[in-house]
Amino acid sequence: MIELGLAPMLCPEGSQVSEAVMETIKEILEDVFPVRVQALPAINSPPEAYDSVRRQHSAPVILKSLLAAHPANPAKLLAVTGGDLFIPMLSFVFGQAQLGGRAAVISMARLTPEFHGFDPDLQLLLRRARTVALHETGHLFGLTHCQTQECAMRLATNIHQFDLKRAVLCPGCAAILLENLR
Amino acid sequence: MKANWQILVVDDEEVMRESMAAWLREDGYNVDVAASGREAIELARKTDYAIHFIDLKMPGGIDGIETLMEIRRMRPDAAIIIITAYATVDTAIVAMKEGAQEYIVKPCNPEEISLLVSRIIKVKNLQRENRILRQKLTRQYQFHDIISKSPRMREILDLAGEVASLRSTVLIRGESGTGKELIARAIHFSGDRGAKPFVAVSCAALAESLLESELFGYEKGSFTGAAERKKGKFELANGGTIFLDEIGDIPPKLQADLLRVLQEKSFYRIGGNEEVRVDVRVVAATHKDLKQAVEDGAFREDLYYRLNVIEIRIPPLRERKEDIPLLAAHFVDRLSHETGKDVRQISDPAMRILMDYDWPGNVRELENAIERAIVSSRAPVLTEDDFSFLGEGAASHTFRVPDNMTIEAMEKLMIEAALRRTGGNVKEAAASLGIDRSTLYEKLKRFGIER
Ligand SMILES: [Zn+2]
Ligand SMILES: [Zn+2]
Repeated sequence: MIELGLAPMLCPEGSQVSEAVMETIKEILEDVFPVRVQALPAINSPPEAYDSVRRQHSAPVILKSLLAAHPANPAKLLAVTGGDLFIPMLSFVFGQAQLGGRAAVISMARLTPEFHGFDPDLQLLLRRARTVALHETGHLFGLTHCQTQECAMRLATNIHQFDLKRAVLCPGCAAILLENLR
Repeated sequence: MKANWQILVVDDEEVMRESMAAWLREDGYNVDVAASGREAIELARKTDYAIHFIDLKMPGGIDGIETLMEIRRMRPDAAIIIITAYATVDTAIVAMKEGAQEYIVKPCNPEEISLLVSRIIKVKNLQRENRILRQKLTRQYQFHDIISKSPRMREILDLAGEVASLRSTVLIRGESGTGKELIARAIHFSGDRGAKPFVAVSCAALAESLLESELFGYEKGSFTGAAERKKGKFELANGGTIFLDEIGDIPPKLQADLLRVLQEKSFYRIGGNEEVRVDVRVVAATHKDLKQAVEDGAFREDLYYRLNVIEIRIPPLRERKEDIPLLAAHFVDRLSHETGKDVRQISDPAMRILMDYDWPGNVRELENAIERAIVSSRAPVLTEDDFSFLGEGAASHTFRVPDNMTIEAMEKLMIEAALRRTGGNVKEAAASLGIDRSTLYEKLKRFGIER
């Protein structure tokens, strides 16, 4: 079993990540990957990651501070933030991971129905949280994007594409995951 | 395959280039980064990148436009995307005039970049496929040259020429590796449909549902994963010829569908209710005895008679051994050239081995055997030692497991032998090894065996 540290991120500019979200992510990760999820205490979103003009948080800066806070253990790290994420080149990202590496971060900001002008819907949010957690953790285990329609590893660049995915790895990605683990 | 394509990201700001590179790597590309124009030019000199992302404003001498111009000079076909923090019409015009494919303003919508990248890669993939196809065709025409020197093959090619302009269905019978597709192409290209498409489908290579959608196409949303309407091979072959290889392997339901197309000249796409009319000539091929399959109830009799209007039988190589010296000399000539080895001829004792061997994989097996011999040989003349692997099968009664051999190594040898025996036909090889096709494919991949 591989230890995976799961940490909620406290972010004054975003809404709080709920217990229910953290719980469902833990369950799906233990279902799909050979990991034991270790609930880490909440960490503060690094202030230097916040861009006050874009009103977003830099994903690469967050990954850097996450690694600095946990230099050796656990083997994998996943932070969950309520703040909106970006990389300098792009207007936003749902999450970012070091491909085949240690640290990943996912954002709930664009996964809430409210962001897109809909009423709150906890079940929908939980489903999206599971999918994005699988996706970025998949990257941590070396998986790249997949063309299969429903696979969690498919690239989604907007919420409509995102909702075509499910919180599963297609058989192809599952096979590659096994190969990567060997 | 994305992993085959390399992308270069050029930006003086570390976090910018590294995060962009990381994002592209997640998409499956191989990405290099450069911190300056000078560095980018050095990298581009060594590697033919599929796409170059270049930041417009870079300090230290060479800016984005100059980098673009220099890379263009070295690689006129290079795809270059200029990135800038703010768009001004002037710089956009300069960039496009100097050959940038696109000009994007950061931060950019992820959807836009992802579409842009996949559009460029699609074109690159097509260019690469065309190049491979062209090489394949050249090889086939050379092959055409040589088989036409054999009197028996000459007769077959003449027959192919005679039936070329008819509309009738042709059934080509012959063992694996006898060159059935070549004859089908000869029929197509020497007839009045020559300028129209020739579309080949291997019926044995695909599962039933895949084969159905391959042949007839599907409508958007007809099943999970059908994101867009897709034309089937029958539609793509409209006006031309469809070549259905290994027709004896198609399952009963598709036999019925195929019969319908032959009778009505129309069909429905999967999930569609609009009748599609086509004018397609069908040339089918099989290595099986279809008449026997009809008697066994595995193949529809009505379909058999529809297909078998004109039958062309290609004799196996063992029935025309007089062709072996000619074919062998031709392959030595061509393959020594292709492999860059100085091999010029085949010794008399080696030729005797080739004449004595039964060639179950036919001409293709002969070609493979000569390639293997050339690759391992160290002299300009191929000797009987270079062909010792041909006896491996025959000597099985004295078989002894070599010392220190792993099960994996044994497995690999067995698979290679089975593929040689069947002339590279995976289905037959799998059957003879007693494993299913998907397992064999997996093993081929794992051992890196080329068919
Ligand atoms: Zn997948
Ligand atoms: Zn991804």
